[in-house]
Amino acid sequence: MTDKTMTPEDVVSRLRSGMTLGIGGWGARRKPMALVRALLRSDITDLTVLSYGGPDVGLLAAAGRIRTLVAAFVTLDSIPLEPHFRAARQRGAFELREIDEAMFLWGLTAAAHRLPFLPVRAGLGSDVMRVNPGLRTVTSPYEDGETFVAAPALRMDAALVHLNRADRRGNGQYLGPDPYFDDLFCAAAEEAYVSCERLVDDFGTALPQTLLVQRHTVTGVVETPNGAHFTCCVPDHHRDEAFQRMYATTPWPEFAERFLSGDEKAYQSAVQAWHEEQR
Amino acid sequence: MSPTSTATRAEFCVIACAEAWRDNGEVLASPMGLIPSLGARLARRTFSPDLLLTDGEALLVGPDGTAEGWLPYRRHLALVTGGKRHVMMGASQLDRFGNQNISCIGDWQRPDRQLLGVRGAPVNTLNNPVSYWVPKHSARVFVERVDMICGVGYDSAAAAGPSATRYHRIPRVVSHLGVFDFETPDHTMRLVSVHPGVTAGQVQEATGFPLALPDEVPFTREPTAEELRLIRTELDPERRRDREVPSA
Repeated sequence: MTDKTMTPEDVVSRLRSGMTLGIGGWGARRKPMALVRALLRSDITDLTVLSYGGPDVGLLAAAGRIRTLVAAFVTLDSIPLEPHFRAARQRGAFELREIDEAMFLWGLTAAAHRLPFLPVRAGLGSDVMRVNPGLRTVTSPYEDGETFVAAPALRMDAALVHLNRADRRGNGQYLGPDPYFDDLFCAAAEEAYVSCERLVDDFGTALPQTLLVQRHTVTGVVETPNGAHFTCCVPDHHRDEAFQRMYATTPWPEFAERFLSGDEKAYQSAVQAWHEEQR
Repeated sequence: MSPTSTATRAEFCVIACAEAWRDNGEVLASPMGLIPSLGARLARRTFSPDLLLTDGEALLVGPDGTAEGWLPYRRHLALVTGGKRHVMMGASQLDRFGNQNISCIGDWQRPDRQLLGVRGAPVNTLNNPVSYWVPKHSARVFVERVDMICGVGYDSAAAAGPSATRYHRIPRVVSHLGVFDFETPDHTMRLVSVHPGVTAGQVQEATGFPLALPDEVPFTREPTAEELRLIRTELDPERRRDREVPSA
């Protein structure tokens, strides 16, 4: 059996500037935040980031690591607008490829199936076509003759996802209500890295439908308890709303200095200390 | 205007939103925002009992909150394209043909104000009925042209061809001033009713393009006693609705 366990630093050591990087989760939900923080400690930059965007995008944008962002939205969910993403976009800090949520899903699906595109109705008539002049349409060869957008495959060099449980071989399990699209991110990427709340030897009597990510799509496994913080990772932990509000209202240099200048352990301690101050 | 009514402006808005889902049958009601959410739940508790509703995350739930089905995002996106859904979205800008913007204000290349992004507005508008809710009706929202077309309007759908128009429909727009639709020969926005206390002149003044006006503009209908009871005692006893739409 191949033991794929590694540290966040090991993961980052396998990434390079200029890569296309997919980030799982959705908005401020089950984001691989510990892996994003590890990325921030490196000097990797110039990234093309694919994400149903949340604070993962905010952090990377604030730190100036994004060259191109492919996304349908960036939000903190309970706070609709991501302040660091907004600020970076308004100062023209990166290129945006703004596509619809469904185009994103079909782009991931196409990549996982090794297809160049999949047809979608979404996008026609909208300014998604105007701001993405490279998008093409495709016409049905059947009698309907309908024309669709050919959603291009969203291939990526590496994917980062966070799940509730994983084993050492790279099988991953979600325990919350929504798998999001983490299995597709892993299948669409050359290499995929799964962080998890807890490593397990086996999945015992787990419902098989919860075993979302399969090991043949996974390169490395990282145990990072509270590793989705401050996004939610139910049932292990909810979103840290108080911390997220502070993140959203604190000037970036101040936030980065206090929470991101050390390793993951230092981050978790700083979070705990901050909460104690708030009591 | 309507001296017999005890209903507040927010309650008329809830009723106007609920009406969007009348006679929709067994489809998913996807309300975004508080007032549309109260409207959808009111519709299901009264005249549209077969509607499906979610808990805002991945579960389909009954009126008491118990799960009746599973709808994670990937299945939600399939349901969107299957068409068995009527969503009521917000709009940062909305134009006279129903083009909607929630992405950014100003030039897209370098926006003055970055907002959410297009989200699912393109897929929604081409695949299932999409209505809109605007809590503060003003000429900043109701504009001549939106800065970025996220939700597709009637003129844009027509220009994009039959695949775009096939399932495209914008049943209604509700604002804190009135109710609107696009049932005009050229699919421009029409004032359907004003909420009691509002005049058609006030609505036109707060709108950045000329509205189609019927000869006589009716008032939005009164809530029934049972509807008021449901809103006040069961759906929103904390009166959160008044924070979104203060009384006129």
